Amino acid sequence: MGRVVTVDGNEAAASVAFRTNEVIAIYPITPASPMGELSDDWSAQGRTNIYGTTPEVVEMQSEAGAAGTLHGALQGGALATSFTASQGLLLKIPNMYKIAGELLPSVIHVAARTLATHALSIFGDHSDVMATRATGYSLLASSSVQEAHDMALIAQSATLQSRVPFLHFFDGFRTSHEVAKIEELSDDDLRAMLDDELVAAHRLRRLNPDAPVIRGTAQNPDVFFQAREACNPYYLAVPDIVQTTMDRFAEVAGRQYRLFDYVGAPDAERVVILMGSGIGASEEAVQALVDRGEKVGIVKVRLYRPFSAEALIAALPASTKSIAVLDRTKEPGALGEPLYQDVITAIVEQTAAGNVAWDRFPRVIGGRYGLSSKEFTPSMVAAVFAELEKDDPKVHFTVGIVDDVTHLSLDVTEELNTEPDDVVRAVFFGLGADGTVGANKNSVKIIGENTELFAQGHFVYDSKKSGATTVSHLRFGPRPITSTYEITRANFVACHQFNFLEKMAVLEVAQEGATFLLNSPFEAGEVWDKLPRETQAAIIAKNISFYVVDGVKVAREVGLGGRINTVLQTCFFNLAGILPPDQAIGEIKKAIQKSYGKFGQTVLDRNFAAVDASIAALERVEVPAVADSDFLRPAPVPETAPDFVQRVTAMMIEGKGDLLPVSALPVDGTFPTGTTKFEKRSIALDIPIWDPDICIDCAKCALVCPHAAIRMKVYDPAFLAGAPDTFLSKEYRSREMPGQLLTIQAAPEDCTGCGVCVDVCPAKSKEEVKHKSINMMPKDDHLDVEQANFDFFLSLPEPDRTEVRLDTVKGSQMAEPLFEFSGACAGCGETPYIKLMTQMFGDRVSIANATGCSSIYGGNLPTTPYTTNADGRGPSWANSLFEDNAEFGLGLRLAQDQAVEDARVLVGHFAGELGDELVAGLLAGVTDIDEAGLAVQRERIGHAKKILVDIDSTEARRLLAGIDTLAHKSIWIVGGDGWAYDIGFGGLDHVFASGRNVNILVLDTEVYSNTGGQASKATPRGAVAKFAAGGKPTGKKDLGMIAQAYGNVYVAQIAVGANNTQTVKAFAEAEAYPGTSLIIAYSQCIAHGIDMETGMSHQKEAVESGYWPLYRFDPTAEAEGRHSFHLDSRAPKIPFKEFAMQEARYAMLARTKPEEAERLFGIAQDDINNRWHLYEQLAEVDRLVPEEEEEEVQA
Amino acid sequence: MSADLTTRYLGLDLAHPIVPSASPMTGNLDSLQRLEEAGASAVVLWSLFEEQIEHDEQQALALAELHAESFGEAVGGYFPTLDDYNTGPGEYLKLIRDAKEHLEIPVIASLNGTSIGGWLRYGKLMEEAGADALELNVYMIPTDPDTTGGEVEQQYLDLVAALKASISIPLAVKVGPFFSSIPNMATRLIDAGADGLVLFNRFYQPDIDLDELEVKPNLRLSTSDELRLPLRWTAILKGQVLGSMAVTSGVHTAEDVIKLLLAGADVTMMASALLRHGPERLTEALEGLRSWLEVNEYESVRQMKGSMSQASSPDPEAFERGNYMKTLVTFARPMR
Repeated sequence: MGRVVTVDGNEAAASVAFRTNEVIAIYPITPASPMGELSDDWSAQGRTNIYGTTPEVVEMQSEAGAAGTLHGALQGGALATSFTASQGLLLKIPNMYKIAGELLPSVIHVAARTLATHALSIFGDHSDVMATRATGYSLLASSSVQEAHDMALIAQSATLQSRVPFLHFFDGFRTSHEVAKIEELSDDDLRAMLDDELVAAHRLRRLNPDAPVIRGTAQNPDVFFQAREACNPYYLAVPDIVQTTMDRFAEVAGRQYRLFDYVGAPDAERVVILMGSGIGASEEAVQALVDRGEKVGIVKVRLYRPFSAEALIAALPASTKSIAVLDRTKEPGALGEPLYQDVITAIVEQTAAGNVAWDRFPRVIGGRYGLSSKEFTPSMVAAVFAELEKDDPKVHFTVGIVDDVTHLSLDVTEELNTEPDDVVRAVFFGLGADGTVGANKNSVKIIGENTELFAQGHFVYDSKKSGATTVSHLRFGPRPITSTYEITRANFVACHQFNFLEKMAVLEVAQEGATFLLNSPFEAGEVWDKLPRETQAAIIAKNISFYVVDGVKVAREVGLGGRINTVLQTCFFNLAGILPPDQAIGEIKKAIQKSYGKFGQTVLDRNFAAVDASIAALERVEVPAVADSDFLRPAPVPETAPDFVQRVTAMMIEGKGDLLPVSALPVDGTFPTGTTKFEKRSIALDIPIWDPDICIDCAKCALVCPHAAIRMKVYDPAFLAGAPDTFLSKEYRSREMPGQLLTIQAAPEDCTGCGVCVDVCPAKSKEEVKHKSINMMPKDDHLDVEQANFDFFLSLPEPDRTEVRLDTVKGSQMAEPLFEFSGACAGCGETPYIKLMTQMFGDRVSIANATGCSSIYGGNLPTTPYTTNADGRGPSWANSLFEDNAEFGLGLRLAQDQAVEDARVLVGHFAGELGDELVAGLLAGVTDIDEAGLAVQRERIGHAKKILVDIDSTEARRLLAGIDTLAHKSIWIVGGDGWAYDIGFGGLDHVFASGRNVNILVLDTEVYSNTGGQASKATPRGAVAKFAAGGKPTGKKDLGMIAQAYGNVYVAQIAVGANNTQTVKAFAEAEAYPGTSLIIAYSQCIAHGIDMETGMSHQKEAVESGYWPLYRFDPTAEAEGRHSFHLDSRAPKIPFKEFAMQEARYAMLARTKPEEAERLFGIAQDDINNRWHLYEQLAEVDRLVPEEEEEEVQA
Repeated sequence: MSADLTTRYLGLDLAHPIVPSASPMTGNLDSLQRLEEAGASAVVLWSLFEEQIEHDEQQALALAELHAESFGEAVGGYFPTLDDYNTGPGEYLKLIRDAKEHLEIPVIASLNGTSIGGWLRYGKLMEEAGADALELNVYMIPTDPDTTGGEVEQQYLDLVAALKASISIPLAVKVGPFFSSIPNMATRLIDAGADGLVLFNRFYQPDIDLDELEVKPNLRLSTSDELRLPLRWTAILKGQVLGSMAVTSGVHTAEDVIKLLLAGADVTMMASALLRHGPERLTEALEGLRSWLEVNEYESVRQMKGSMSQASSPDPEAFERGNYMKTLVTFARPMR
C-alpha cells in the first residue's frame, strides 16, 4: 500500500500533472484554480518532476492564451499540461482541435463546471466537457478523489502511447474540493507507467531547425479530407491502449479500472449508466437494492471518448432488459443528452453486428441529473431504477428537481438510507471568517492519516463575500467512503455561530439521538431560554445531546482573538469519540504544529493553550421537557416584500431553493432587481451612529460607504412631522439650499460594520478627539432605534434632481443610491464607485458587467443590489462573460442607437397625431443629457405615450415599445482589472478605437480578486500575489496611457479616498463626453492585506506616494484652450516604500525575501519617479497643431 | 607612550570604552563591519522586539488565512502559500551568527521583551547563536493606578532573575530613569543577577500631530545635552553598584565620552551620533579620548574611570539637589 494522504481532488490531479510535465500553462478559473496555484507553489519551492527538472508554470491572459502556449510548448517538444473548467475550457477549444489534429500527446485536467447559459454557475456538471466532444480529445472521467489521482496518471501514460491528447475530468467542487483519504502514487509508480522512449519520441517530433518540418499548413479540397482521415488508426487504438494502461496500473498500484466498470447483481435486469461523482451515490444505491434482492446494477463510464461500443456491451450483464443513461448536462433540442445517444448507438450497432447476448433490444431511457452541483443521492438513483421497472417509463426524464412545467422529473418517493451506523457523520455550520472549514480539513487529515478510518470532507460555501456562511460535511468510517452527497442524517451537528440559530434550521440535518455542539456566549444553565422555539423543539423531539462551549471566550483568553476554530475542533474530537481523548489531543497538537509551525512559536503556543482550555470549557446542557422559548425564528423576508420575493427569493434565503419547482423560476434568466433590501443579514457587530452636533455636512461617510448603508438626505423641516423621537437632524449649511435640514442615517441591518465611514469622517469633537461625527457603536444597543430611524429616513422625500448639483460630492450624496446592500466584502474598495455612478446616472443606465467580483456581488442570487427609484427607474444590468464585456457593452450601445433611430423615424410618422411641437421637442430632446432636459424629455415621452396608446396600428405599438429610448440612456461597461488588463483587453482596445459613446469603469484592485488574488497585468512590481509569490518582477501596465494614445478617449484615473471631488468630476465628465470614456478607479481589496477599515486612507497615501497619480485626459480640452492631460494630484511626497510597507502584499516580500524586496522596491520607486516625470511633461503637451501652424501646414 | 584605553565590561575585555549601541546601524552585517573598521571595541546589535515577533507571527497567520475557506471561488485565501514566513527570531539569530563569523570584536545581542516566556526562549537562542553577552532592554509603561511602583520593580527583577537563570553569558539590563530610587533599583537588579546596567534607554515617545489631531510616535535622535541625566546617575551609582556600567543617551563626542568615564562608566555607547555622522564619528571620538588622555597625562582609562564620581568628586553635593541651584545661579549671573 502506498503512502496515505488526505487531499482534495484538485491536489490529487495536480500532484500527478506536476510530476509528469515540464510546462504548465494556466489561467485562474473556479473550481480549477487550485491546480494551477498548487503547481505554482511547488514550482516556486523548486520541486522537481520525475525527470529531475522544475516545471515552469506560466499564467496567461486567458485560457485561450494558456491553450496557445500549451500548443506551442507541445510543438516545441515539451511535456506540457493545463488545468481549467467551464468557460475556460470553451476558450481552449480552438487549440484543442489543433493539438488533437497534430496528435500532440498531452493531458488537460478539468474540474468540470457548468457553462454559463441563462446564468453563470461556478458549480459542477459536465456541460463544459461535453462541449469538447468534437475536438478529437480523448475524454477520461474520474469519479472520486482517488480516481482523480489515478486517472491523471493513466491519461498521461495513455496519451504518450497513443499520441491522442487526453482531457481528464472530475466533477467541480464535489470531487475537486472534496478532501479524502487516498493512496498516493510515488514517483516510482509514475516512472513505471511512463516510458522514456515515448517521451523521447515526442521530443524528436518537435519543431527543430536541425531537422526542419512544417506543420499547420493550409490544405485544399484535394487532400484535406484524406489527411483528416489519416489519423483514424490512432483513435482506433486508444481504447485498447487505455485498457492496457489500466491493467498495467493495476499491477503498479493495485487498483484495477476498466473502460466501463460494472457493479451490481450479476443477473441484473435494470442498469444505470453514468460517469463522474454520481457513481458514488449510485453504487451505494445499487448495493442497498441488490441486498434486498433487486436485480440492478450500474456501469461506470471511464473512457468516454473514443467511445468503445464493444467494451460497453461487454460490461453490461447479458440479462439486461432496461437501461437508464444519466447525463450531467443538457443539450436543448437534442434527441437526448450525449451519453444517452452514445449508448443507444452502441447498442444498435453491436446488436446489428451480432455482438450481444440479449434476444431483444433493452429499453433505453435517458435522464438529466445534477446540473450545477444539484445534489444526487441514492434515493434519486432508486427512483431511476423504479422508473425502469415501469411498463411505460419516461424515455426522457430529469431527477433531483420538481418539473411541474414539462413534467419530466421523476418522483423520488422512497428515502433510501444507505449509510451504515458505524459512519460518523458530522455537519458544521460556520462563518467563512471563523476558520471552521480550515479546522475541519485538519480534522479530516488527523483522522485520515493517523487512524485506520477513512475520512471525507465536503464543504459548502455561500456566495456572499461579507458574513459568508460555510457548511462542512465530514464522514469518518471503517470502509472507503463513497457517499458523494451531502449529509442529511448527521449524528453530530456543530453550530459555530450562535446567531445562525435565528437564520437557519441547523438541526434539520440531525438524526435521532445526535450530539449538538453550540458555540454559545451563554453558559449551560442559561442558554436554553436564548434558543428559538424551533431549535428547542428539535432538540427535544430528536432526543439530542446538547453541549455548549464559549469558544470566543476561550480563544480570547489564550490570545487568539476571535479565532474559535481550535476550540471547537477540540470539543468535536472530545464529543465524537473517534479517537481516545489523549490521542485526540496529541493528534490535534501535531496537526497544529504542522499547520501553524511556520508562523512561529507564539501562534503555536496560543493554539496549544486553546486545546488545553477547551475541554474544561465544554458543558453539557440539561434539556428541559418542553420548548417554551418566547420567540421563533424570524421570517426570511418581511411581509411587505413583493410576491416573487415571498414565493421564490425567500426560499433561497432560507436555504430551501432546492425545493422550488421549475415553474417558480424565470424561463430566460430575467429576475427582478432591488431585492437585497429584503434580505436583512444583520452581520455587523458595530454600526455607525451619527452625532449631528459636530457634523460638518461633508457627505464623505455616505460617499465611501461600500454598501450604501449610510445615507444622507437634505429636506424641508416640514417633513419631520411624524418622525420618531430618536430621529436626528441638523441644519444644513448651504447658501443655495437655505432653511433645510440634514440627516445622516445608517441602515443598521444592512451595514457590514466595516468602519470606513468613521475612518474618513473629518469632524472630531473638540472635547474628546476620538469622538467623531460618526462613531461605531454596538449594534445590539442601537438596533431598534436605528431601525425605526432608518424606516423614517426612507420615507423622507428624495431630492429634486434638477435642483441638486449632482456633479459635486454633496450633491451626489443627496441622490438616492440605486445600488445597495450588496454581498461585497466589508470595506470593499470597488462598490463606492458603482454606488456613486448609480446616484449620478442610475435612472438611465444599462450596465454591462464583466464576470468577477462585481458580477458576483452585483448579480449573485438569492438577492441582488441594483434597485429602482420611486419612478421605477434604475440600472438595468447584465453579465455576458468575463472576456467579452467591452464588446457586450458596445452591443448595448449599438442597439440603443438603432432604437433611437427607429423611434425617430416613427415619431415622424405620427406627426399628425402627436403634433409638430411635441415631435420637434421629442427629436430635439434626444441629445439632452442634463437633468432638466431629461426631465422635460421624459414628460414629452409620457405625453406621446398617452396619445399613441389609443392608436390601433402596429407602427404605433412599435413606437410605444421604443419611444423611451428617446430619453438619453447611458451605457456603463463595468469590470475589474483581470477583465480590462488581461482577458478582455483585446475587446476593450477595440471599443476604445470605436469611439462610440460608452463609459468604461475599471475597478482596479491590481489582482484577480474574485478567484483569490492571482496576479494580473495590473499587479504592480514587487507585489506578492498568487503566481507572483516572489513579488511581481514586472511593472503594471499603464492602461490609461494606452487609451489616451487613441486621442479621442476620455480617460480619468481616480481614487475616491484621495480626492472625492476629482472622482465625482470624472464621473460627470465621462458621462457627458460624447465618445468613449474610461475611468480607472483605485479599489482597495482584501487581497492587498490591509485593514479594510482604513482603505480610504490607503488610497490617500497611494496618491501621495505617486503610486497612483490622479489625472483626467479630456480630448475636448484643447479645442477649449486647455491642455488635454490634467494632473489632479501633486508630485510624490512620500517614498513608495513607506506606502508599500503598510500593505501585506508588499510587506510580505520584505519579510520573506528582504534583498529581493529592496531591489524590486527600488525599481518600483524608479517607476514612480519616471512616470511622474513623464506625466508632468504630458500635462504641458499640445496634442493639436496650434492654429497658426496648422494654416502653415495646410498652405 | 600612548595611554592604555582598555576597559572591562560585563567581564569582557574591550580595547577601549566606545561601543555602538543598539540602533538601525547595528542591524546588518555591512554596517557592523564598517563600525568595526571605524574602531568599535564591541557592538550591541539592534534589538529583537519580542512584541514585534508576536505581532508578525499573528499577522502572517492572519494573512495566510485571510478570507480563506470563505468563498467557493477563493478557497485557498488571497495570498500564495509560502514555505516560510520568516517570523520569529530567525533573521536576528542569523545576524548574530554572521556577526560572530565576520567580526573580531565581541557581539552583544539585545532583546526587548515583555514576557518571561518569550525572554527565556529568545535569550537562550541568542546565546546558542554565539552572542558574547546579552543586553536586556526593559521598558514598561504602567497605566493602571492600582499598579504600584513596587510591583513594577518586582516584575523587572523577576524577569532578570529568570533570564539570568536560563543563560550562561553575561547579562546587562538597560533601564529607564523613571524609578523613585535609581540606586536602590540598580542594586536590586544586580542582586537579581544582572552583570551590568545600561543607562538609559530611549524610546519612541508619542507626539501629537496638530493638523490631524492624531498621536504619532516618533524618535528624535539625541543630542549631547541629554548626557546630563545619565552623567548624574553614573556618578551617583559608581562605587555603590557592583556590576558594570554602560551609558548611552547623548554620547556624541570625545568630550561626552571623557565626562562619562570620569563619572564612572565602564563603557560609553553611541547611536544617534553614528546615525547622523556615520561610523567615522566613532573614530573621531576615540582619537579625541586618546589625545585627551595624553595631553592630560593619564596612563589609562582605568585610571580616570570614576575619578569624578560622586564619591570621588571634590563636591559630592553637586550631583544632588545643589547642582540644580547652582545652575540657576549660573544662569542668573549674566542677567545683572
